[in-house]
Amino acid sequence: MSAILEVENVTKTFGGVIANNNVSLSVPQGSIIGLIGPNGSGKTTLFNSIVGYHPIDSGAVRFQGAELSRMRTPQIARLGLLRTFQQTRIFGKMNCVQNMQISLPHVNDNFATMLRKFPPEVTERAENLLEFVGLYPKRHLRAADLSFGQQKLLEFAMALMNEPAALLLDEPTAGINPTLINGLIDRLKRANAEFGITLFVIEHNMRVIMNLAQHIYCLAHGELLADGPPEEIQNDRRVIDAYLGAH
Amino acid sequence: MNGSGKMVIYVVAAIAALLIPQVPMLQPYLIQFAFLWVMILFAMTWDVMGGQMGYNSFGNIVFFGVGMYATAVVQRDLYFTVEEYANVAGGEQAALTPVEYLTGLSLGMGTGAVLAVVVAAVLGSGILGLRGHYFAICTLGLGIAAGELASGWDYIGAGSGLVTPLLPDALGERGPFFFYLFLVLAVITFAVLKRLYAGQFGLAINAIRDDEDKADALGLHATRYKTVAWCVSGFFLALTGGAFGNLVIFIDPTDVAFAGPTFGVWMVLMAILGGKGTLWGPVIGATVFHITQELFWTYLFGWQRVALGLLIVVVVVFFPLGIVGWLRERWPQRFGEVVDEEARRVQVSLEGER
Repeated sequence: MSAILEVENVTKTFGGVIANNNVSLSVPQGSIIGLIGPNGSGKTTLFNSIVGYHPIDSGAVRFQGAELSRMRTPQIARLGLLRTFQQTRIFGKMNCVQNMQISLPHVNDNFATMLRKFPPEVTERAENLLEFVGLYPKRHLRAADLSFGQQKLLEFAMALMNEPAALLLDEPTAGINPTLINGLIDRLKRANAEFGITLFVIEHNMRVIMNLAQHIYCLAHGELLADGPPEEIQNDRRVIDAYLGAH
Repeated sequence: MNGSGKMVIYVVAAIAALLIPQVPMLQPYLIQFAFLWVMILFAMTWDVMGGQMGYNSFGNIVFFGVGMYATAVVQRDLYFTVEEYANVAGGEQAALTPVEYLTGLSLGMGTGAVLAVVVAAVLGSGILGLRGHYFAICTLGLGIAAGELASGWDYIGAGSGLVTPLLPDALGERGPFFFYLFLVLAVITFAVLKRLYAGQFGLAINAIRDDEDKADALGLHATRYKTVAWCVSGFFLALTGGAFGNLVIFIDPTDVAFAGPTFGVWMVLMAILGGKGTLWGPVIGATVFHITQELFWTYLFGWQRVALGLLIVVVVVFFPLGIVGWLRERWPQRFGEVVDEEARRVQVSLEGER
């Protein structure tokens, strides 16, 4: 499998704080890759660095061969590399269907498409994807009226609407009702298998990430601590120490 | 309300508006009505940015002034030299034929609108990268700067202002002429905005309002939408300004054209009063504002500004969402929102796990 996303020696500092130090990893096309690490270990910063939310100090990020480190977030999103947020971000005063409609891919937008109205096919696809994440009955509610966990599901559906090649998910199951987690793992796997979307997932819930990912990277203090298949990472002494605070 | 029900209301409203000049009792107030349409135009054009997109602009008055000066200058330069025009007492006796007048006015308004779009695009590319309060503060300076520039530029009359040509007698009284001119302009603006809000443009600027970072993360061309929104706003505001100069006849750089402390603030107040981010809010807000302002002026003379200030305080405290915004929160189903308590309560489930 060739890599769809490659991170090479990325370093990002905020003043004196080294958030990412010389991090390198690669996400193969069509895979589900996990990213774990204790709080403050630099996981979200790495996501932000990848999608161009802030400039990186050094290193390179390549997505399908394109160098991303000088591009801005919207350009990167239009290339097909999308991210969701840990603290959900949705369009609160718009209803769920409208949230989905505006999430259509914008790669072919021009001045004429500004005026277009959304054809029934688009609405239908939006509703199907809302059904896919269990939100169909709530499709006419304003997004702000959904609970945090439901907004998380909506954000996932919006990401799917955007037809990305790869999706960076920042804690997709945080705040989700435990009874839904198995269902969500299933949806994530189906997004990967049926829609062909490569997933790169930050997750704190070990049961979820061990169940989901084929390969896991572990960050601690901004540096890559270990990587390997789930069962190996699970038993890695360094990873256990990092989580228990012995690092 | 269904589509045909709405259509009936629009048609009735249009006929009612067109019949106003025919009612003898209302005829003395036609200029007042023209001012009302101008106020509605102010609020509607401000709301594109401030309401629908969440970018509070205090600099929109620039487009109004640009349109006004451009129109007056085109009207003057088409048929006179600057010296000639100044010699005929600033244009007061500069009699034009109806055709000359209308040609000058329409060409002038067109030029002003194009110029305003250019100004909006250039300014926008510079300052639309700023967000929230930073954008608002930055635009605050624009109107002041424009007023100062106009006050110092001899070609457009500098501090002593510019007089616009008088409406030729053959075109009738000023009242009905400007009544219909601004009515048509307001209706066209309303229709264009309604259409824009109904498509991707509307959802995109709403998305920018709700969460611009998310819009960016989805690959939306946010900067392009923001710039176009400001250009649309500037376009219609410049047309309004062009006609307004002819309505008031005398253009003062800071009190009429770039009148930030009055018109520039009112456009914000009216949109907020009526409910920003709603289609009818600016229209209703401007109407309420204009009527109360005239009533205060008539019955509370000397205290009119105090009364107006108190009105604003009352509105902001008790109706922070504005009149239409408040109605919408109370009766959302009347505004086309589906209210389904069942849906609110229903548990989300993710069946079909394999």
